[in-house]
Amino acid sequence: MITLTHYLMLAGILFAIAVAGIFLNRKNVILLLMCIELMLLAVNFNFVAFSRFRGLLDGQIFVFFILTVAAAEAAIGLAILVVLFRQRQSINVEELDAMKG
Amino acid sequence: MLVTILFYSFSAVLIGAALGVILSRNPVHSVLFLVLCFFNAAVLWLLIEAEFLALVLVLVYVGAVMVLFLFVVMMLDINIEKLREGFARNAPLGVLIALIVIVELYYVLWVRRLGIEVTGGTAPLPENYSNTAQIGAVLYTEYVYPFQLAAIVLLIAIIAAIALTMRKRPGQKVQDVAHQVSVRAKDRVRIVKMATEREP
Repeated sequence: MITLTHYLMLAGILFAIAVAGIFLNRKNVILLLMCIELMLLAVNFNFVAFSRFRGLLDGQIFVFFILTVAAAEAAIGLAILVVLFRQRQSINVEELDAMKG
Repeated sequence: MLVTILFYSFSAVLIGAALGVILSRNPVHSVLFLVLCFFNAAVLWLLIEAEFLALVLVLVYVGAVMVLFLFVVMMLDINIEKLREGFARNAPLGVLIALIVIVELYYVLWVRRLGIEVTGGTAPLPENYSNTAQIGAVLYTEYVYPFQLAAIVLLIAIIAAIALTMRKRPGQKVQDVAHQVSVRAKDRVRIVKMATEREP
């Protein structure tokens, strides 16, 4: 039988893959954004699983709001990316040192 | 039994697609793998009867956000080889941290068992249960203010995205409506008084 643990473990593996992806593709802003989307998916997995296996609906409402915020984040992130590419002709993170951080 | 087989097969595809997202050479392939990820996640949510969110995931995420990603990835002319420099150098650290995360979660979830009852199945649902209706009943009553805040967040995202990407080119011809409205007849027509002239 599929239990809560199966779903949490799957979400954990998904999150770990996304973390590894951030380390692997450190230069590519688009892939960084995609890895963040994967992490949000893993978090949503946890919310949905807990909501269903504990019999409370609130987790699913939370996922609804997370999806909204993630959509807004993706839209603004990609807009920044397009402006960045227009100015620099590159999306390499290592070249973004204008603020001397 | 069937549910178990479905869970494991879709989970395998999900994890494979997630690996495809972070490992593929071409960003376009990464986006397409991410779409596959979201589809599989939607199916897994359907398996535990969260139908509304599964459909919203496919409609909103695959239908809107991933298409946006695809547009941007295909529009930008990216030098992929340059961006993949250091891929092999960063790989051991990334794999190490991923393994640490997985082992820690495995310890907490399987060995320590979370301290709560995790061996049961999903909470049983009454007959004629509608996931969408139940979410709607809670969303528009208890969570009505967060719901409106979410609408404002989306509005701000629209404004921000347009404000960021709109550009004013030097030679662009635009109307200045205030200037057009404030024009008077004397700005356009000049009446000149002069003596009549005879044809030579």
